[in-house]
Parts: sequence; C-alpha cells; structure tokens
Amino acid sequence: ISVMGERFNVHTQLEHLQAKYVGTGHADTNKWEWLTNQHRDTCASVQGHPDLLNMIAIAENESRARVRFNLMEKMLQPCGPPPEKTEV
Amino acid sequence: GDVFKLTLETDEDLVTEIRLKYFDTVPVAASMCVLRTGFLFVASEFGNHYLYQIAHLGDDDEPTFSSAIPLDQGDTFYFAPRPLRNLVMVDELDSLCPVMDCQVADLAREDSAQLFTLCGRGPRSSLRVLRHGLEISEMAVSDLPGSPNAVWTVKRFSDEEFDSYIVVSFVNATLVLSIGETVEEVTDSGFLGTTPTLQCGQLGADALVQVYPDGIRHIRADKRINEWRAPGKRIIARCAVNQRQVAIALAGGELVYFEMDAAGQLNEYTERKDMSADVVCMALGRVPPGEQRCRFLAVGLSDNTVRIVSLDPADCLAPLSLQALPAPPDGGGDVGWSAGTHYLNIGLQNGVLLRALIDPVTGDLSDTRTRYLGSRPVKLFRVFVQGSEAVLAISSRSWLYYTYQSRFHLTPLSYGSLEFASGFSSEQCLEGIVAISASTLRILSLEKLGTVFNQVTFPLQYTPRRLLLHESGQAVLIETEHNAFTEDSKQQKKRQIAQEMLEQAGADGDRSGDAQLVREMAAAFLSENLPEPVFGAPKPGAGMWASVIRVMRPLTGQTAQIIRLQQNEAALSICLCRFACNPMESYLLVGIVKDMTLAPRSVGGAVLRTYRVVGALERLDFLHETAVEDAPQAMCPFQGRVLVSVGRVLRIYDLGKQKMLRKCETKALPNYIVSVAAFGDRVVAADVQESVFWMRYRASDNQLLVFADDSLPRWVTCLAMLDQFSVAVGDKFGNISVLRLPPDAVEDDADDVGDLGSARGSLFDRGGLLGSSSQKCVAECTFHVGEALSSLRKTSLVPGENDCLLYTTISGSVGIALPLASKEEHDLFQHLELHLRSQHLSLLGRDHLQFRSMYFPNRRVIDGDLCEMFNNLEPARQKEIAQELDRTPSELSKKLEDIRTRFAF
Repeated sequence: ISVMGERFNVHTQLEHLQAKYVGTGHADTNKWEWLTNQHRDTCASVQGHPDLLNMIAIAENESRARVRFNLMEKMLQPCGPPPEKTEV
Repeated sequence: GDVFKLTLETDEDLVTEIRLKYFDTVPVAASMCVLRTGFLFVASEFGNHYLYQIAHLGDDDEPTFSSAIPLDQGDTFYFAPRPLRNLVMVDELDSLCPVMDCQVADLAREDSAQLFTLCGRGPRSSLRVLRHGLEISEMAVSDLPGSPNAVWTVKRFSDEEFDSYIVVSFVNATLVLSIGETVEEVTDSGFLGTTPTLQCGQLGADALVQVYPDGIRHIRADKRINEWRAPGKRIIARCAVNQRQVAIALAGGELVYFEMDAAGQLNEYTERKDMSADVVCMALGRVPPGEQRCRFLAVGLSDNTVRIVSLDPADCLAPLSLQALPAPPDGGGDVGWSAGTHYLNIGLQNGVLLRALIDPVTGDLSDTRTRYLGSRPVKLFRVFVQGSEAVLAISSRSWLYYTYQSRFHLTPLSYGSLEFASGFSSEQCLEGIVAISASTLRILSLEKLGTVFNQVTFPLQYTPRRLLLHESGQAVLIETEHNAFTEDSKQQKKRQIAQEMLEQAGADGDRSGDAQLVREMAAAFLSENLPEPVFGAPKPGAGMWASVIRVMRPLTGQTAQIIRLQQNEAALSICLCRFACNPMESYLLVGIVKDMTLAPRSVGGAVLRTYRVVGALERLDFLHETAVEDAPQAMCPFQGRVLVSVGRVLRIYDLGKQKMLRKCETKALPNYIVSVAAFGDRVVAADVQESVFWMRYRASDNQLLVFADDSLPRWVTCLAMLDQFSVAVGDKFGNISVLRLPPDAVEDDADDVGDLGSARGSLFDRGGLLGSSSQKCVAECTFHVGEALSSLRKTSLVPGENDCLLYTTISGSVGIALPLASKEEHDLFQHLELHLRSQHLSLLGRDHLQFRSMYFPNRRVIDGDLCEMFNNLEPARQKEIAQELDRTPSELSKKLEDIRTRFAF
C-alpha cells in the first residue's frame, strides 16, 4: 500500500509541476511532446524578445505584427499532430 | 501602413454594423497615439517616427465598406491609396532602427570620425552619416566690405524683445546695421563709425555704450552723447560691459571702473587699479535680478593667471582670489550664469576651455575642469539657448556649452570655422547666432538641441546589408531584400496585369465604349507610380529576392554605379581585396546565392562574382563568376588571397583568369560560418551557433588547422579582432564577449603531423567528428547589452590613440566599450557601480546585476551608463556615495566626464 501511495504522490507532484512549469518532461515523455515544447518555447521567446522578433521581421521582410501572428499560429501544432498511440 | 477609420453602429450594447473607410497611409507603426490636441504620433516599426496633425476627420467621399454588405467567398473590397489628405506631417523624429552595418572613418577630414550606418528596412532604408555635433541651419549670409574682426547685437531698450542693431567692427571703422525685414546700414544710431569698436552694449533702461580704443561713448536715449577719453596717449586694451557696469583696462595693465547710477549717469570710480601684468581678457557677469551690480570682475593676465576683483562699493577693485592657468588666456573670457551657480569660463591659447566655479560670497575659484577643444586659441562668446545663457567657444572648431533639459552639453557645431559670434534674436529667428566667417556675416540657427549626433540621410532601395569604405571617399554596399521584386520583374508584372485587365474586358463583352475605358484604366495603371518609401513595395511572395550592388559617395549621397542582380539572386557578402598575383589592381568579390529559402535554409545555387575596381572605386567592371556549392556568407582578405566561407566550409581562393581558384579548404566548423577575420597567420571564424574557432594557416603544407575554440555556444552575429589573442564577439541574444586565447596556447605541434592533418589534440579532432579542440579560449569579459548586436568595430572616435570598441544594435543604438587604463580607475568605477546598483534606479524593477548577467555572468565589464546616472541622483545621495569613495561629488562627475571625452563625446 505504501508503494502505491508513493507512486500516486510522484504522479500528482509531476502534474503539479507540469501545470506550474509548462513543458516539464518525465521518463515517458515521447519525442513529439519534447520537440513540441521546444518549438513552442522558441516561438514564445521570439515573440517576447523585441530584437529576436526584429531579426526575423527584417529577414523575412514582414511587419512585426505579421511575424508575431505567424508564430502564434505555428504554436498550435508546431510538429504536426500527435503520433498515433500504438496499442500495447 | 494604411490607416482606416472604423465606425461602430450600436444598438444599446450590441454592435449592429461596422463601417470601414480608408483614412491615410503612414509608415508601418509599432504603436500610435492620438493626443487630445488633435495630433497623431506614429511610432514607426523601423525608421523615423512622425507626428501628424489631424486636419480632417475623414468625412470625405471616400468609399465606405459596411459589414452589412454581403461578400462572396474569396471576394474583397478595394480602395486606392493616395497621398495624405486627412493628416498633415508636423514633425519627424530620427531613428536609426535597425542598424544593419556600421563603418567608422574620417572621410570628410574633420577632426573626429564620422559614423556611416546602414539603417532601415525595405524601401525606407537609408545610409546615414552620423557626426558628433549640433545641426546648424544657415539663415542668411551676406558679404561685408573689408575684413571685419568683431560683431555684436544690441537692443535699444532693455525690455525690447528682439535685437535692433548688428554692430560690426573693422580694422578702422564700425558699421551699424539695423535688423528688420532687410538688413540696412544705420547712420544715426549714435555709435561712432570712424573707429574700431572694442565692445558695445545696452546700458540701463534705454542707453547704449560703445568702447573704442580712444575712449568710451555713452549714448543716452535722447541722443545726447557723453564721452570719456582715455588719458594721454594711452589706449584702452580690453573691456567688459554689462547692463550697469563698464570696466576697462588701459594698455599697461591699469583698470578703470565705471558704474551707472540711479539717474542713468555713468560715473567713474575714483581709484584706478594697477595690475601687475598686461590684461589679456576681462569679463563681467550679468547683473543679478534685483541687485545693483555684478560683484565680480574676472581679469586674465599675461602672467598666466586669472584674478577675481571685487566691485563691491566697500572694497572696489580689491583683488579677491587668483587662479594659475596652464597656459596664457585668450582675449574673450566670459563669466557664465547657470542655475544659481557662477561659472567662469576661460579660453586658453593652447586650445583648452577652462571652467571654474566662483564662490558667490568670497569670490574664490574652485572645481576647475578643462576640456581640449581644438588647435587654435579658444575665444568665448555669450549666446542665448532656450532662454538661458550659453557659451559659444570658438577654436579650430566651434563648440556650444549649454543647458538643455537640466543637463549640461558641450557639443561641437557641425559648421565651418567662425571667427567671432554673438547671440541674435529677431522675429524670423528667435534664438540664433550672428557670426563672422572670412568677411561674410552669417546668421545661424541651432536645430535639434540635446542630440549627440546629427544625421545626414541618403535613401536606398532595399534593405542594406554590408558596407565597405574606400580611402578615396567612395563606398560600396549591398542591398538585399526578401519577398521583393527587382525593377525588371516589377515592370514585367505590371505589364502582365495590364494585359490581363484588357483580356478580361475583352472576354466580358465587346462593347466598344467599355473597351476604351478599360484601355485607359490599363494605361493609367501602367503609368501609376506610387512612391515606395511611403506606400511600401509590392510583395511577390516567399523565396523571391531582389538585390543590388551600389557604389556611392557616402558624404554627398551620389550613386556612381548600381549593379542590379536578377530576380531571386541575393548578395550576401562583399570583400575588397588585392591579390598577390596581381598587386596593382583591387578587386571586389561579391558572394551571391540564388533561390535561397530562409527556413529551413537552402540555396538553389551560389556564385562568387569578381569585379575589377576601376580608378579610386569609381566603377566596377565584371571579371568572372565562380560557382560554389553553398552560401558564401563571410569573406576576408588573407595574405594576398581571400578567405571565403561556403556554407560550413572555409576555403582560400586565389584569383584566376577564368574563375577563382580554390587553394585550401577546411570542414572544421559544424554548422554555418557567419563571420571570418584574420590577423597575420591566424584566422578566426565564427559559426552561427558554436562561437569562434581559431585556426592557423600552415603555408608549408597549405592547411588551415583549428587549434582552439570556445567552450560555450554563442550565436555570433558580428566579430572584431582586438589583437592576435583576443576577439570581441557580439551575439544575437544581445551579449558582448571578449574571448582570449590562454597564454600557453600552442598553435602547432611540430611532432604531431596526425593522419588527418590536424593540429594539437588530434585525438579530439579526427576530421571534426567530435567537433572540438583541446585548447579553449577564455571569456575574459562578458556583458549583456540587451539588444541584438549588428556590428562591432575596434576604432577611434576622437583624434588621438584612444581605441574603443564601437557596437551597433538591431534596435538602433550605438554604444562604445572603452578599456580602463589603470587599476585605480577600475576600482573606482567598480565601487561606483556597486553603489549605484544598490540605489535600485530601474523603472522596471529589474536587478541590474541580474539583467547584465542574463545569459552569461557579467564579467570584467562595468556599466558606464549606470555610473553616469550618478549625476542624476539627489545631492544628498551623491554626497553619501562620494564619501564612501573618499571623493567629492564634483570630483566623481569630473571623472565620469573625463573618461567619456577621452574616447568619445
């Protein structure tokens, strides 16, 4: 019973961490989840730092607002839809 | 940048209809602000900001589009852009954002360097020449007969708003001009025209005074003249005049003092004072409001001293204090009045301006500060700036010392040399300067006070990327734009659309009337040319590039030659080099890619185009083209050949007859080479992600071998070699780092030939598989600037040997990092920084140390801007901090000013 309790505890702790710090991984994190979080973090960082946004806007010759919009759209599914769950 | 007016029709709390109307077109804005006074401020995304006045509220007959009108899928409304109708541009605020590249050189042969910056994005790009100095606008220039040596402006009455006369003194005459619609000579002013004038001014309420070598002339309001003649054969050498007092020095060093009494009579003080040496200059401050007289007279003597003499009736002409000067003073000292403190400014003959504080009670001089202004003796003149007194100091260059927004500024004037000046105020020019320059009389007005640089802007067509300067004064630059049409493609596309319009009309019906109309529309469309800097350029779509190589003279903005590249060709890099095989000629290499996609980066093809430089960069002649496999992002001349990066490969090329010849290659860098620099045998190459790699070129077996690299990833954007061991690196996250090789770094292990030909540490460096060298460079200095860096230059901004590191950022800042010379200096500034950090001056609540250590810990770089905020603290805090550092607040301010002006301005 104590072992069950331990496992239950870790799981809630992890959920709590994941809620507080988006993108926290765990042992069973798959590649898709991991990459999606990285892409989202990068998109958010570029939108937040003015100079990173400026560099992309100048390189692409788009207005900053357009670049922000494109990055926002990209954040939805940056690596495509989640992979099919293989039945064990 | 189109602005629309939206009207919302509401039915209580529900919006029933939205009506949209085209208002005007402004530059693409990051933010807009409407002021209640009817102004619109547009903060542009990239480029200058504008202030518009809202002239009309868009209630014209522009077509309105309503949400109530149904639209088919894929259908849309159209409007025609037009010049400004509802807005009137009132003011423009300069902005350098973004600075793409910067070069520093003194092409104009002025005393200090000019900064040539490539700024802007798209059709609003420009080449800007930044000079340290105030912008001057010339309001009038008129020739004068003979050679004038002095000029003054005089008001007739003390409460007159504008000046009445301009008095010009020549070698043997005086000319009086009246200021009005036109400048005319006046003969009945009361001034004596047959003698040169030493000084003239307005006395009392309505009288004038003129001091000339033989005497003093006091002109009363009713044109009565009182004259005082110099005794015997003595002449008046120098004088000082204010509204109630006149002090003169006779040749031989005797002071005579006159004061105006209540009746308006100028009375001579009974005693005269004999000074021990010849008087070189004299100055009287203005009479403080509510008082009878200025208490101090400053006298500069030929024995290199300045003395303060009291003018108090109790101890008139008694000496109060004395200050020794490093050099003889020049005629034209001045006592300035600034915000309750008395400053005495003295110009010295060795080109130095000396500023000292006069104690208002005792007359003691203290807190002297000096500033080197130029190679000629410094002459000082009193002018008015923003309603308060300012000092114009003329040396080989003219400088203005003024107060603006409660800060002192000493800035040079961007103007030719002047000889004599005076403040000037008239209806057309409220606060100007009238000056003499080589027998012309000039009226000047000061613009844009408080700015450090004045800018001269020359427009470019596409986003500029790289600039190279040539000693002849010419420059070559590349402009490259993604998502843009070349001129040819644009015309072609226009013709295509016009053709489609005609075909469409033809397909719709065969009514002859309509066909004519459509033909006219098509013709109008073809001829219509909306200016791109205002309305933006048409966008063809991703993957389309337009690029141009431009040869121009950056000082005049004249383009000597434009080489337009084909559609989808993009110039990435340029390099001016000489080759050992042909040392007489100069060549320009341009790295061009075709069909580049940005993300993921791929190129359809890449070439190196070689041009021969004709004359002093007057023209470029195409020589040949060499195909390469990947983007040539970085190039650099190296030992009579050229280093070219091709993607992640670094190669040495030599000049051939048909194409460039590949001589040497290294695949050591892991991702993509961004920048290359060379120093002797050493080559430093920066990877896009993995910081710098140090290589040595071994001529014996023609190999480039990596012998050291960095231990941390850095996203390098720009690179400057400081010396053969150190390199300064700027990165895209806004950090400056100085990386230095360890002192025991070995370039070459003679025994280790290595089967794959690598240098020391062949175990680690098997063909770049592990991608790492055993020797690591150390990050000696790291600092987070806060903005992505676009260029780093090791250069000197002021004449002298003082090199500093100049950086420019994508957000439009220009900054310098200067080396501290001694341990004492370093300790002082470090402690000052610590104290200022604890003051928590950040508006955003940031911790300073945390901010400056955002990505890498802040090491060995002191934030100079934070230290200078010491001057903005309350006096009590300043005293506290200064005491902890064993100094006085004025000593600290002086130290801050000194270190800044030693390297820059």
